[in-house]
Amino acid sequence: MQSRNQMTLEFLSLPENESFARVAVSAFAVQLDPTLDILADIKTAVSEAVTNAIVHGYGDRVGMVVIRTALDETGLMRIAVEDRGKGIEDIDQAMQPFFTTQPEKERSGMGFSVMQTFMDDVRVESAPGKGTVVYMEKRIRQDRHE
Amino acid sequence: MNLERRRDTVLVRLSGEMDHYSAGGIRRELDDVLRDVTIRKMILDMRDMTFMDSSGIGVILGRYRILHQRQGKMAVMNMNPQVEKVFNLSGMSKIIETM
Repeated sequence: MQSRNQMTLEFLSLPENESFARVAVSAFAVQLDPTLDILADIKTAVSEAVTNAIVHGYGDRVGMVVIRTALDETGLMRIAVEDRGKGIEDIDQAMQPFFTTQPEKERSGMGFSVMQTFMDDVRVESAPGKGTVVYMEKRIRQDRHE
Repeated sequence: MNLERRRDTVLVRLSGEMDHYSAGGIRRELDDVLRDVTIRKMILDMRDMTFMDSSGIGVILGRYRILHQRQGKMAVMNMNPQVEKVFNLSGMSKIIETM
């Protein structure tokens, strides 16, 4: 799949960066002329993935979160959110709706459900001690042939 | 945060974004309001809330539990499409009234 455009964003895993990161990624999608709904979907899904990296990946530590994103000729946007934090022991369990390792902090456990609902596809690569990459993609427009 | 009190109901007007970063502050402010146990209903007016992710669900649900424990109720109103989509995904519309 050819990349028509791509962008990489790297920032410290601080909560104050959550807003900036989701806005930056959705701003990058604007060039494909998405609807406002699609833009909001991307913004929300990225917010969830970034929050997971900060809250769960790094926890009390601070590390780097890397977001790579590519837009292809057909109007598909691919996003990868990566952290080098503690990794996920059981990915299937983590992705279950309402499952959270921090119920005492009132975390809803809905992060992955939001990502899966708002994006077309979500895939997770992770292992304990090896960090986590969340891959997401969304079709922003249908490629039209003239 | 803007407050309006009418008998046992408080109307809270939230503004800005409700994400992990802002959740702690919003939670504290709402809990301060709820310290008054004569409050039986809390209505969240979301017209100035521009964005919410699942961290916001945690905040709303937590406050709902506090109210529920005193046989109270919670309602939300004026959600924008993005906020409403996240709210509906959580299933909270079954227990929290949308006005």
